[in-house]
Amino acid sequence: MNDNSSNNDYDKKTRTLIQGMVEAEEKAIASRKKQAAPEEECECRDGMFPNGKTPPIASRRQFLAATASGAAAIAVGSAANAAVPAGSMDYPVQDDPSKVQGRLTNDDGGYGSRSQFETESRWRFPTATKESSWTMTPLDSGHGIVTPSGLHFERHHGGIPNINPDKHELIVHGMVDGARKYTMEDLTRFPSVSRFHFIECSGNGLTEWRKPTLKTVQGTHGLTSTTEWTGVPLSTILREVGVQEGAAWILAEGADAAVMTRSVPIDKAWDDAMLVYAQNGEAIRPEQGYPLRLLLPGFEGNTHIKWLRRLEISDKPFMTREETSKYTDLLDGGKARQFSFMMEAKSVITFPSGEMKLPKPGFYEISGLAWTGKGRIKRVEVSVDGGVSWQLAELQTPILSKCHTRFRFPWRWDGKPTILQSRCQDETGYVQPTIKQLVEERGLDGGKYGSIYHLNGIQSWAVAADGGVSNVHQY
Amino acid sequence: MFTNIKISSLLGTLLLSLTLGTFPVISFAATGYGGPYNFGMPASAAEIALIDIDAMPDGRGLPSGSGNYQKGKGVYTAKCMGCHGADLAGVKGTGAAALIGGRGSLASGKPKKTVESYWPYASTVFDYVKRAMPFNAPGSLTDDEVYAVVAYVLGEANIFDKSASLNAKSLPMIDMPNKDGFISDPRPDVFNYE
Repeated sequence: MNDNSSNNDYDKKTRTLIQGMVEAEEKAIASRKKQAAPEEECECRDGMFPNGKTPPIASRRQFLAATASGAAAIAVGSAANAAVPAGSMDYPVQDDPSKVQGRLTNDDGGYGSRSQFETESRWRFPTATKESSWTMTPLDSGHGIVTPSGLHFERHHGGIPNINPDKHELIVHGMVDGARKYTMEDLTRFPSVSRFHFIECSGNGLTEWRKPTLKTVQGTHGLTSTTEWTGVPLSTILREVGVQEGAAWILAEGADAAVMTRSVPIDKAWDDAMLVYAQNGEAIRPEQGYPLRLLLPGFEGNTHIKWLRRLEISDKPFMTREETSKYTDLLDGGKARQFSFMMEAKSVITFPSGEMKLPKPGFYEISGLAWTGKGRIKRVEVSVDGGVSWQLAELQTPILSKCHTRFRFPWRWDGKPTILQSRCQDETGYVQPTIKQLVEERGLDGGKYGSIYHLNGIQSWAVAADGGVSNVHQY
Repeated sequence: MFTNIKISSLLGTLLLSLTLGTFPVISFAATGYGGPYNFGMPASAAEIALIDIDAMPDGRGLPSGSGNYQKGKGVYTAKCMGCHGADLAGVKGTGAAALIGGRGSLASGKPKKTVESYWPYASTVFDYVKRAMPFNAPGSLTDDEVYAVVAYVLGEANIFDKSASLNAKSLPMIDMPNKDGFISDPRPDVFNYE
């Protein structure tokens, strides 16, 4: 156990960053608890966050519906309704739905919303500006492998542009036989592919290097999401424009206020890169790059340029701000790793996880996610005794390349305090390391925490005698 | 007989590539194209020039124009100081980064990353200021203003001569203090292979 060490040895900026994350998470936890009556005790899986959400909100909504049933219809159609969770509408709730007709078919305007009883939401890191900020996916409440489009994590550097797709163009130029421009209509005419891939920010877990800092899996791991992406293979476009001899890098540039840019090795472009325009069966969300995003399966999230407007083929990397001053990994000794694109194998138990409470001893299905930028997950092991012994978890099919894989493990909790962990192996044979191994290898021990990116160490959740689950470091 | 051997070795290669998981890539790259389709239109030099704003370390992409420390001080005071501060240390609460200082701190255990201490190329400063600064009006500076404000920041950092002109010729000649500070990614760096 190593949770007594402090974050004082981080540089000032990182300390501020971490403190902000802690406060944002506290706020999210408090608001979740506030939505529930304090006397409610969790008895079911859905209610395993203490003071769980479902029954109390139901009664509150019933009350509102009963007192304002006539006015409820007026609320329908308002985009942001503070009375109900984001992404839902304030519909009347029937005391006995089998005794009255339900709401009218297609009266939602033809686009459905989630139930107003569902409260999962992203929370934002409190950066100085809301334009340059990020939000976390609530992995703790997720099921299966796909992230709902509205819960996909975000990282913006210049706000979220609102782009008219009819006016959006992609220009491809540089070391090509013929520079071309494409409208969205042009791009959707090309043969398309659909693939399930995760995107993970390389800053995922940045608070967790030195000691367990955030409380929930949304905080520790919420910068990864999986989507079915549809678009054109980038290799198709490269063949269309004719790449010249000596080309080695491609600059990808967004149309946002940051005019975000990253240099991409051309091998990746030929391999499995995509220009995507669809997310989970519909146009990609504005927060994810509408109308066009570069997808580089397995590479760190920042390289998946959103609102893509330009690709320039060149012989050298462009050395943009993000690939020099930002997404580089400063090591002990003062040198920094650059172009560290690969997101290595990682897994985490999402149930049970931090801030949940197991009501009593007995059967629980441990469940979580594993992923790797290098291909498929080969196996996941779970330890229910703090790493003393490991047992194979069951992998839920489909097990897809560069994609979240869901694992499950049946467990009978005897009521004694213990520590739960998962570790995965990918198809290259690489096994997820401990945080300690990463720290030792990258020279981050002894107070030198220059690098905050690419943490893929084993996550540990302690289960206390009272069933409370918390974030700990266990090597 | 000879032919059979060739076929079996070919199959072996195929099997090997399947085992390694490279087969989908091969089939994708070799058979997935089916073009040319000739969708889209040729992009003219003028159309490209409108958005081709990047600058590279060797100076490619740098526009004509120039600026110096003195002119840059005026630009900085009017358009940058509100967030980055009179001391270029970044004003608390704005989210703006410190631009100077921290030289020699990278290996100290308390690294301070600034343009002066960490950024390896002057072209990156030009490129970033031109595309994304100032935060409240990105892309609004003229090329002369960008050259000038970069000359000011690098002058304050004691990297660029305060009396010299910064332009497409002089900018790529600048040696940033941390130009040799970056190494390629050696990962995997932890080996638990079984």
